[in-house]
Amino acid sequence: MKPVDQSAAADMFIADVQHERFHDHHLWDLRKGRDQERDQIPEWETLRQLASDIKAHTLTHLADYLEEFERNATANGVQIHWAQDAQEHNRIVGEIFAAHQVKTVIKSKSMLTDECQMRPYLAELGITVIESDLGERIQQLDDDQPPSHIVVPAVHKLRGDVAKLFARTINSDPNNDDPKVLSEAGRQSLRPHFLAADAGMTGANYLIAETGSFVVCTNEGNADISANLPPLHVASVGIEKLIPRIEDLGVFIRLLSRSALGSPITQYTSHFRAPRDGSEMHIVLVDNGRSARLGMADFWTSLKCIRCGACMNTCPVYRRSGGLSYGSVYPGPIGVILNPAIDLHRYRALPYASTMNGSCTSVCPVKINIHEQIYQWRRIISEKQELPLLRRTALDVAAKVLASPALYRRVIAGVDQVSREFPRALIYNPLNAWGLQREIPDAPKATFHQWWAKNRGADHE
Amino acid sequence: MTMTPIAPRVALFVPCFIDASFPEIGVATLQLLERLGCIVEYPFNQTCCGQPLANEGDQKNAAACEALFVQNFAGYDYIVGPSASCIHHVRQHMDAIEQTDEVTQVRTHAYELVEFLHDILQVRDFPWASFPHKVALHNSCTSLRSLQPPLASMSEIRGPAFSKPKELLANVPGIEWVELERADECCGFGGLFSIFEEGVSAKMGYDKVDDQRRAGAEYIVSADMSCLMHQKGCAQRLGYGQKYIHIAQILNGDTV
Ligand code: SF4
Repeated sequence: MKPVDQSAAADMFIADVQHERFHDHHLWDLRKGRDQERDQIPEWETLRQLASDIKAHTLTHLADYLEEFERNATANGVQIHWAQDAQEHNRIVGEIFAAHQVKTVIKSKSMLTDECQMRPYLAELGITVIESDLGERIQQLDDDQPPSHIVVPAVHKLRGDVAKLFARTINSDPNNDDPKVLSEAGRQSLRPHFLAADAGMTGANYLIAETGSFVVCTNEGNADISANLPPLHVASVGIEKLIPRIEDLGVFIRLLSRSALGSPITQYTSHFRAPRDGSEMHIVLVDNGRSARLGMADFWTSLKCIRCGACMNTCPVYRRSGGLSYGSVYPGPIGVILNPAIDLHRYRALPYASTMNGSCTSVCPVKINIHEQIYQWRRIISEKQELPLLRRTALDVAAKVLASPALYRRVIAGVDQVSREFPRALIYNPLNAWGLQREIPDAPKATFHQWWAKNRGADHE
Repeated sequence: MTMTPIAPRVALFVPCFIDASFPEIGVATLQLLERLGCIVEYPFNQTCCGQPLANEGDQKNAAACEALFVQNFAGYDYIVGPSASCIHHVRQHMDAIEQTDEVTQVRTHAYELVEFLHDILQVRDFPWASFPHKVALHNSCTSLRSLQPPLASMSEIRGPAFSKPKELLANVPGIEWVELERADECCGFGGLFSIFEEGVSAKMGYDKVDDQRRAGAEYIVSADMSCLMHQKGCAQRLGYGQKYIHIAQILNGDTV
């Protein structure tokens, strides 16, 4: 597949001044809200360390905890399925639905089903999946546009955009963009789907090994309706979502919504343990590259991610690029480090769509060293010759100059002869890009080196 | 105040972009260190620490640069450079070459100017300096979130606030600090990011210089000139009047 051109997509996003401004400000407000919540918790940094340690422990004993979870969940009457990859996940879900003659599914938010591209797969089988999270629903109605943020999927849209979209798709008033009216319209249009669905799907935020139960956190309560109305509940969950004990849960619950939205807790924290009488509950445990990642020395800690989105909210590049520019289910800083492991060629530009400023690392509630992993991915991309040719050649030229004191002196002193040795375009092109929106620093009369030679350097020249 | 009893022997590291575009910062650093009693040498064949190449992931090309750096700076008690990102590279990333004892010695003896003044010389008074202006501080992201130990506390982490640059500037008469709305958001320089992701880089820079302007800053001071070079370029293009200055120039009492 063609590499994603994040930079070009970001330029288009920035060109739309109104949207970019709203996006940047709204997400920065979430970051500020997160800081305020953090200030209420004296032991905040201890909590982060604890969360990181619990995840490290679980991931380093993953097989044991997965088996414990399977034993306990099975004893609770839940049916457990194992999927090695996205295809297997989709096939399993399709088979469960076929066995129950399911035609329509009401689904709450799950990044994993997007990762597996489950909706189009089920559509082929004649099964309609309706998203019940309002943001996801907005994206689905907008010609199946992917979510642009993992917590607030339609954050790149202004309310006027939603009003127009709803007018086109669910017949609401195009001129009323009051958020309350819009969410009520969304809710009303979803209600019949809730009532008519043959099956409900959810993801899970946490799997608890010792109880065999799982926990779903939402603000709209939609997961509860999805899970509790229809007679069949299927949960798709990545194997990294495990935590050992119910006692560990509090650490994550305290961090999750504070980090994500700057609210102390999500409106709903729902525990699912066993099927209701007369219904079935299935959990599909999905690997899809996770155990391979677990074996990558520099990158395995990215599996600690609890998908809070705090790294996106704080990322100055993401806020000004929009999530869709990353061309992947996982945008922003966490996407930058997850995606290259999935397809290095396709996502080779993402680790460069970063200033490596490190704000992501410092807000991450499970202390993933995101910006250091970005740096490590760059090494791999360079090693595998995945840097675009112009960039590679520019680096080769720069390296030659910087490793040779004599040549370096001539280049920075602006001696003309240099341009005969190196193609002009290579030296001047970068400055052209610099100069599009910025002034270039004036050339000083002398370099520091020349100053030294003149004033101090009698011994040298 | 404790002063190191024997005059410290310092190798002055002038990062390539300062050498080429901002020689006055190299001169200010040199004069300041000498005023404070250091014996300063300038290893004459230095070029660059390799950071621009290594940050692209290009270890192969960074190696020759790093080897040359070590050749120039081996054996000094203190290697001091007025740039946190370059010192960060030397201290925490310089591993494209074999890690011999010589390389390790260089990597563990490199200091960013502010930390050298603050932690090693432990100097707090610069009686020759005064700066009667409204000033905003810009801490580079590297100096906050990558350099170990950091030069100042960051807004993301819960903990006591501290700022080595502000401590150094505390006794310079005349400075009136102004605060930015997004004090430590990245300005968008990011090394080659500024060229290859030009659109986002410039947008971040414009937002930063807008914030500085709204705060009423006459000057923006930083220990990292690379960020300032980018911010200055943005401010000039927008026709804004605020000026940009390296901390070495204020501490040295340069007339600007
Ligand atoms: S990487 Fe950290 S900050 Fe980003 S979504 Fe995952 S847990 Fe949240």
